[in-house]
Amino acid sequence: MNDSAAAIATEKLAIGGIAGLRVDTWRRLGIAALIVLAAALPFGLSNYHVFELTLVMIYAIAVLGLNILTGYNGQISLGHGGFFAAGAYAAAILMHRYGVPYWATLPAAAFVGFALGVLFGLPALRFEGPYLALVTLAMAVATPQTLKYFSWTGGQQGIHLAKAMPPPGLPIDRDRWLYFFVLVVLLIAIRVAANMLNGRTGRAWMAIRDHSIAAAAMGIHTARYKTLAFGTSTLFTAVAGALSAIVVGFVAPESFSLFLSLSFLVGSAVGGIATIGGAILGGFFIEFVPNFANDISDAAPWAIYGLAMLLFMYAMPRGVVGSVGPLVAWLRARTRRSAAGEQVLSNSTSAK
Amino acid sequence: MTVKQTLRGGLSAVGLMLACGLAYAAGQYGPGASDTEIKIGNTMPYSGPASSYGVLGKVDAAYFGMINQQGGINGRKITLISRDDSYSPPKTVELVRQMVEQDNVLFMYHTLGTPPNMAIHGYLNDNKVPQLFVATGADQWNDPKHFPWTMMWLPSYGTESRIYANYILKNLPDAKIAVLYQNDDYGKDYLNGLRAGLGDKAAKMIVATQSYETTDPTVDSQIVALQASGANVLLTAAIPKFAAQAIRKVYDIGWKPTHFLNSVGNSVGTVMKPAGLEKGVGIISANFVKDPTDAQWQNTPEYKEWLDFMQKHGLSANVTDAQTVVGYSNVQTMVSVLKAAGNNLTRENIMKQAASLHNLTLPMLLPGITLNTSADDFSPIKQMQLQKFDGTTWKLFGDVVSASGS
Repeated sequence: MNDSAAAIATEKLAIGGIAGLRVDTWRRLGIAALIVLAAALPFGLSNYHVFELTLVMIYAIAVLGLNILTGYNGQISLGHGGFFAAGAYAAAILMHRYGVPYWATLPAAAFVGFALGVLFGLPALRFEGPYLALVTLAMAVATPQTLKYFSWTGGQQGIHLAKAMPPPGLPIDRDRWLYFFVLVVLLIAIRVAANMLNGRTGRAWMAIRDHSIAAAAMGIHTARYKTLAFGTSTLFTAVAGALSAIVVGFVAPESFSLFLSLSFLVGSAVGGIATIGGAILGGFFIEFVPNFANDISDAAPWAIYGLAMLLFMYAMPRGVVGSVGPLVAWLRARTRRSAAGEQVLSNSTSAK
Repeated sequence: MTVKQTLRGGLSAVGLMLACGLAYAAGQYGPGASDTEIKIGNTMPYSGPASSYGVLGKVDAAYFGMINQQGGINGRKITLISRDDSYSPPKTVELVRQMVEQDNVLFMYHTLGTPPNMAIHGYLNDNKVPQLFVATGADQWNDPKHFPWTMMWLPSYGTESRIYANYILKNLPDAKIAVLYQNDDYGKDYLNGLRAGLGDKAAKMIVATQSYETTDPTVDSQIVALQASGANVLLTAAIPKFAAQAIRKVYDIGWKPTHFLNSVGNSVGTVMKPAGLEKGVGIISANFVKDPTDAQWQNTPEYKEWLDFMQKHGLSANVTDAQTVVGYSNVQTMVSVLKAAGNNLTRENIMKQAASLHNLTLPMLLPGITLNTSADDFSPIKQMQLQKFDGTTWKLFGDVVSASGS
C-alpha cells in the first residue's frame, strides 16, 4: 500500500523531465552511454591500461559486496579481504587441481563465498558495530597464515594458474578479452545488486540498518535478513576474488594481507558507502591512489595516501556518489519546480 | 588529445614489440636503451611485512647513482625505476607490467621475494624480458631450459646443502645424518640438495628426517626423534625461531652431533643469542660475503671502499647489516654485465652476457669466490666458505668450497 503510493508519487515527479524527456529516460540513456563507453574504452588504450581497468572493475565488484553489507545493512566488516581470498583460492584450486575452465569457477567461488558468509554471519548476529568489526578483523588477520598451513592451497608458494585465453577464433587479445569478461560480470553484479536493493530485501536491510527494533516490530525477520546480507555481500566479494586470481594468474598468501581488507573499506567509504555507483569509484581509488601517491613521493607514499583519504572525506563526507546524489536531487527539484503546477496538483490528489 | 596520445603510445609499443619479435630490430637497442640511457626496473618491499629487505633497493639506487656520477656505463646513464610492491604478488604483476609496457624498461633487475617473483615469472618469460639476479634463494630460479629469461644470483639453498654434503663426504665418512627441515619448498630444497650432494651414498647416510610446520609451537619432539635414530650428524634447515629452538633442545638433551645450520637461520642476533651462546659452540654453517662486523676485514681497502660508499649515500645506519653487502655485490654484478654488453643493448644480448660470466670476482665476496654462468647454468654463485661458531661469532675455516665437489 505504502509502497505503491510512494511509487506513484515518484513516477509523477519523474514525469517532470528535462528537454522533453523523462528523468528516468535520461538516467537510462546515461547508463547506456556509460556501458558503451566502457565497451569502447579498451580499444583506445594500451594493454597495460586495459589490465589496470580490469583490476578497477574487480575491486569495484568486491567493494559493491562490502557496500551491501556495510552501507545498506549497517554491519561493518574489516575482513572482506579474507572472503576475496576464499574466492580466489576456490578458483585457483579448481583450475589447478581439477582442470576446471576459468569461467566455470565463478559459480563455485560464488557458492563458497555465500556459504562462508552465512556461516560467518550467524555468530556475527550477536555482535554489533565495533565488536562485529573485531570479529571480521580476525578473519582478515588469520587468512594469510591459514592459507600457508594447508598443502592443498599450495602453502607458502601459492598456486600458478593456467592462462585464461580468449575463445579460439575471436580476434581479440588476452587483456581485452579478460576486460570484457570482467565487465560482463560487473554489469551482472550491478544488476543483481540493484534488483535486490530496490526491492523488498533491500528495504528490509535498510530498515534493519536504520532501526533494527522498529524493523523487527514491522515483522522483518532481522536475523534472517542480516545473515542474508552477509552471505550476499561475501558472494560478490568472493566472485571478485576469483576474477582477480584469473586475471593475475597467481595466488599466494601474501596476496591477501590485512591491508587488502582495509583497502576495500576505504574504497567503499570514499566512493559512497550506501551507493552502487560508489563501488566503481572505490575501485578506481583502490587501484590508482597508491600508485599516484608513489609517483608524487618515493619517500612517503603512504603519507600522501593518507592525505588523499582525508581530503576526500573532508570534501565529501558521504563519499563521492553519496555527496553528489543530494546535488542531483537538488537540480532535479529545480527543474521540477519549473514544470507545470498542474503536476503538483495531481500529486497532492493522488497521494490521498 | 590524451586518448590520441595514449593510442599513439600504445600503437608504437605494439609496433616495437612486433619489431623485436620478428627480429627486424637489426639495431643495437632493445626497449629502454639508447645512446644516453639504460632504463631498468625492479620491485621492492619498501613497505609491508618484508620491508626490512627494502634496504637492498636503496643500495641498488645509490650504487647506480654513483656510477652515473662517474659518467655512467659506456657513456650511458642508468635509470632505475624502483617501485614498492609491499611484497604483494598481484601488486608486483601490476607494477612490472607497467614498467615493461609503459615505462619500457630494458629488463627487470633484482626483484625481491619468492612469491613476487613467482607471480611475474611466466609473464616476463613469455614476453622475453630478462628477469635478472632475483633476490631469492630458491632452486627453481636456475631453470634455463624452461625459463631462459630468469637468472638467480644468491647461492641457492640446494647449493649450500651440497656444500655441506661435500664436507661430510670428505671429513665424516661414517656420518649417520639426521635432517630437520621446514615442510615447504625452501626446506625441501635443502633436503634434496643434501641427497644430490651425497649421491649414491644418500640412502645409506641419511638415517632420519623430520619436518616441522611454521605453525608448530616447537620442534622439541622432532629433535628427540632424530636423536633416537642414532645419528651423529644433524642438518637443520630452519628459519630463525625454529633454528634457535633446535640448537637449545639438542644441547639440553645431551646430544652431541656435528651440527650443520642453514645460513637462513644463522644470525648471531636472532638465532645464536636466543638459543644461548654456549649451546651453539661448534655448530657449522656457511657464508659467501665478508661480514661487515667481522674485524678481520675492517682494515682492507675493499671494506673501506664499501664503507665509504655506504656513508656517502645516506646508508650509515645500515653498515652492520650483512644484507647490504649482499646487495652491493649483486649490483656490482649487474654493472659488470652491462659493461660487457657494450653497445649491443638488446634483451637477447643482456641475457647472453649474464650467462657468460667467467670467474668474476667481487670485492666484498669472500676471497676465492668467483661467479660463473653458462647457457645451461643460471646460478652464478656456487661456492661458499664454512664457518664455525665459537661462542661469540662465526669463524671462517678451511677453503672456499664448491657445490660441484671439485
